[in-house]
Amino acid sequence: MKTETNSTTGGANMARRSFLRYAGAGAAAVAVLGASSCRTGHFDLPANENNIDIGMGDIGILNYAYALEQLEAAFYLQVIATPYSGISSIETSYLTDIRDHEVLHRDFFKAALGSGAIGSLTTDFSSINFSDRTSVLGAAKLLEDTGVTAYDGAGYLIQSADYLTIAGKIVSVEARHAALISNLIKSGSFADTDQVDANGLNKSATIAQVLAGANGFLKTKVYASNFNYPKV
Amino acid sequence: MNLFNIIDEIEKVDPEIHERLNPRRAAIKNITSFGSKVALAAMPFALGTMFKKAYGAASTTDIVGVLNYALTLEYLESYFYNQGTASGVVPAANQAYIAEITDDENKHVTFLKGVITSLGATPVTSPTFDLTAGNNKGNGPFKDVLTNYTTFLAVAQAFEDTGVRAYKGAAPILLGNQVVLTAALSIHAVEARHASAIRLLRHNLGHDANIRPWIVSTSAKGNDTGVAIIDGNYAGEENVTQGGVNLVTALGVSTAVATASFDEPLTKDQVLALLVGSFIVN
Repeated sequence: MKTETNSTTGGANMARRSFLRYAGAGAAAVAVLGASSCRTGHFDLPANENNIDIGMGDIGILNYAYALEQLEAAFYLQVIATPYSGISSIETSYLTDIRDHEVLHRDFFKAALGSGAIGSLTTDFSSINFSDRTSVLGAAKLLEDTGVTAYDGAGYLIQSADYLTIAGKIVSVEARHAALISNLIKSGSFADTDQVDANGLNKSATIAQVLAGANGFLKTKVYASNFNYPKV
Repeated sequence: MNLFNIIDEIEKVDPEIHERLNPRRAAIKNITSFGSKVALAAMPFALGTMFKKAYGAASTTDIVGVLNYALTLEYLESYFYNQGTASGVVPAANQAYIAEITDDENKHVTFLKGVITSLGATPVTSPTFDLTAGNNKGNGPFKDVLTNYTTFLAVAQAFEDTGVRAYKGAAPILLGNQVVLTAALSIHAVEARHASAIRLLRHNLGHDANIRPWIVSTSAKGNDTGVAIIDGNYAGEENVTQGGVNLVTALGVSTAVATASFDEPLTKDQVLALLVGSFIVN
């Protein structure tokens, strides 16, 4: 078994893993996801640390989701704080809803993961022009489409049925977002061939593919040494 | 055959292989395929048994059961959109929009039949449908479904939202199955895209001014469509507790945000109870 750890998350994840192995996955699901009272991360990033590894096992996958939700939440918080020029009231309304959903997804994972959660990520949105509708909606589409392919692609790695169901509950909401954003860019493009293949299946992506893209929006780089995306 | 090469290969797609092979591991989860990287069938019996033990693979029967169930739902959606297209209920301005969904649903039928056949099983044949929900009488509560576009879109939304719930509910049966679970999740996401698109259309056409692309429930009622007869299709969407965390009390969000941020599953029995004897003729 690979047991790479890092100073940020390794200790917490190893503790969780021991619990998962000896207490059984079902009990662990309740224990980990019930740990909402422990929301203060004990493993917050040191100021000089500029990368994070998601860890291993189901906790690694949940931290992967947490990382992506952090990125999406930060993006939409900025979108609503500095609306693009010419934004319509209904666009503001939809984007505010999406912001609220993504912030909740982020906060949910943080609460559910408790002390096993990775730290807060620092984003880099320097490639996005927040005053320009095309730039903002293009980035929103990229983030939403990526979120869908990420959950779909990582689902089979999840060992707990409870965690799989939670991922399923979130991914369909991300797909609803993705379709809406696509429709705002171009009506009728909600299931275009850039995201849906010739069999009518949404595309899916590996953790390595997703993080390689997501890291373009992150100062804190996220790696997955146990899922074929090690820090090089 | 070199066993260690095989395990190395598996490790590339399943980093936890060594843990799975450890007989002391208490909670073994299912996986039945690694795509083309490993041909399980080619392994000697003893090795195959070891992997089967390690992964507690869902039986092919269970997998085919899920796929045939999904196929039944796709038959319904495909039939609905094809009938809608043929009937002329869809106005010209929306025909390309609806055609996109129709095309996807037809592809889902073809795809699922192909997967079931490739597993050596037989795809179920299409049931008889009554799009009015009248159980073959043709005079159910949606009797103008093919003549009134408002009704057509309301039924479309119910089918899409219910389809999302159905795939979500079936996913745990496919736990760990890289090929079939990933395919099911990928269809699930497309159904959610459709649901979002139909909801947007209903909003934009003024059929329901309050409808959002996502399901916004109240604490009293999951159904946000304004069509009371499909309350059952949305039952449970009002849930605000996820993984033991009450999103409203612990994280301070509104019920609207809590319910819209998470879609809820339905079991196969729940879904069939909603459809059989109304849309699916029994």
